[in-house]
Amino acid sequence: MQVETADMVKVFSRPQSLTAAKSTYCPGCHHGILTRIIGKTIDELGIAERTVCIAPVGCSVFAYNWYRCDAIQAAHGRASAVATGVKRADPNLIVFAYQGDGDFASIGTAESIHAANRGENITVIFVNNQVYGMTGGEMAPTSLVHQKTTTTPAGRDPAQVGYPIRFSEMIAQLDAPTYITRQALFDTRRILDTEEAIKKAFENQVNEKGYSLVEVLSTCPTNWRMSPIASNKHVADVVTEVFPLGDLVDRR
Amino acid sequence: MGKRDLLRGNEVIAEAAIRAGCQCYFAYPITPQAELLEHMARNMPRLGRTFVQAESEIAAVSMVYGAAAAGVRTMTSSSSPGISLKQEGISYLAGSNLPAVIVNVVRGGPGLGDIAPSQCDYFQATKGGGHGDYHMIVLAPSTVPEAGELTMLAFELADRYRTPVMILTDGLLGQMMEPVELPEPIDPASIPAKPWATTGASGRDPNIILSFDLDPEVLRQMNLDLQAKYRRIEEAELRYEETMTEDADLVIAAHGTMARIAETVVRRAREEGLKVGLFRPITVWPFPYEPLRELSSHVSTVLTVEMSAGQMWEDVRLAVAERAATPFYGEMGGIVPTPRDILSEVRKHAG
Repeated sequence: MQVETADMVKVFSRPQSLTAAKSTYCPGCHHGILTRIIGKTIDELGIAERTVCIAPVGCSVFAYNWYRCDAIQAAHGRASAVATGVKRADPNLIVFAYQGDGDFASIGTAESIHAANRGENITVIFVNNQVYGMTGGEMAPTSLVHQKTTTTPAGRDPAQVGYPIRFSEMIAQLDAPTYITRQALFDTRRILDTEEAIKKAFENQVNEKGYSLVEVLSTCPTNWRMSPIASNKHVADVVTEVFPLGDLVDRR
Repeated sequence: MGKRDLLRGNEVIAEAAIRAGCQCYFAYPITPQAELLEHMARNMPRLGRTFVQAESEIAAVSMVYGAAAAGVRTMTSSSSPGISLKQEGISYLAGSNLPAVIVNVVRGGPGLGDIAPSQCDYFQATKGGGHGDYHMIVLAPSTVPEAGELTMLAFELADRYRTPVMILTDGLLGQMMEPVELPEPIDPASIPAKPWATTGASGRDPNIILSFDLDPEVLRQMNLDLQAKYRRIEEAELRYEETMTEDADLVIAAHGTMARIAETVVRRAREEGLKVGLFRPITVWPFPYEPLRELSSHVSTVLTVEMSAGQMWEDVRLAVAERAATPFYGEMGGIVPTPRDILSEVRKHAG
């Protein structure tokens, strides 16, 4: 369909810092919203030309495709250590690691905690959707009690595999981190809150304030076997009970 | 002649790395390479460079991966069990075409083993070690001064070929003190430009560092490119040394510390009238197959001597094929064969 554009005003477009690459995320997944928020933040701060994205292993492994900035694909769990290496090599670069719950809070446990404990001047985006999305829906360290996954077909049994790990709260016990917050994307208000948090987390780095971590509760309609709308409701009603929203540390 | 210092192998490697322009060093403590880490801890911050004691070997090599991607000269060091942990990162460095230097001050294995010198990580160093079809350049110094020279070279080769390079040494060389004339610091301007590095996409398209593609056709091409690079390295970077091989009837094949001891054996054997020489690979990857093949057609025996169950021996037999006898003598577990031990092996086969 041909649309006459002469008298139309463009009110919404892709952030400059995002590429036109086709998304590999499933319908209803929150990664897309979050990617847009990060792109918008990079635009607003005018830092695209000195930003380096550290892509993880997992659904967001292709993160290096989404942003119009330099990027490094890291080994599973090592994004915070790779970010450390980049930032120490050139402190003028703005380095952000984008990591899922398996990457950040399971296989990368040591790297995640120690980068935070050194107070590395980096920004970590930690996407918590309580499941291993890319490999087919296995249990994550953050999976809820009784949550059915392909490796907990009868539901997560705490007697066998423990409880969902509140990783941000663990890191909040450390003295070094500057800013730790947990946000969500299940409605407009939370999306706006997340925008604000992400912007703070990048600004902290620009202003050399130190380590910032934004945990974002996300959905996985595919592996949760829920509709996108039911998934949003699940985050609002159930997930936030286990992972309460809000700032855990703010030492700016 | 410049100033000579009495220094340990570990310190010389550390100091040579500094003089080669290493900007970022990341490591985790382990015996017998602790002096290397400590030298870097004392000196890197003083020079305005980066020293980070990482939380693990895995983290250390991942930091190296990040720093290498950002375009600076970078190094990590460890000893056998720690190098096993670094294999993930080494595979990523190789797959992503990143230059970095890794030092292995080998100790007895397998498992926790002991802290005595060994050459039991030869397979791991030269045949891959981590996952995937890759190699890294592996340099095996046999003296403390050579450890310094090869460390300088390692940084140069890493940048030239965009590849990880390993210094393969052992606890004996790491701990041993020798008079050394340290290499002159490089001119930082001599480091090649790295237009591929993630230095910020200012005035150019974004640079992406990765070892990943889900399309088998693309990944095959990435592998073919790696293999083409390895052929170029084999062509241009073979390094080895022959000692008294011109008239030799028996040649000892040994690398690193073992070659140093074998040199003494060659001298003693010559005093006894035995025509013995030494073939010493300096690059153990790429292994000097052709020169050894050539040499083996003029001798009756190539005796491999190693501090292992016979790892380089496999490469020696590949090179020699059936041209000469290929006996083996080795010790394991951190036992260092003495010149006397080796000489009695030589007598067995030389006469």
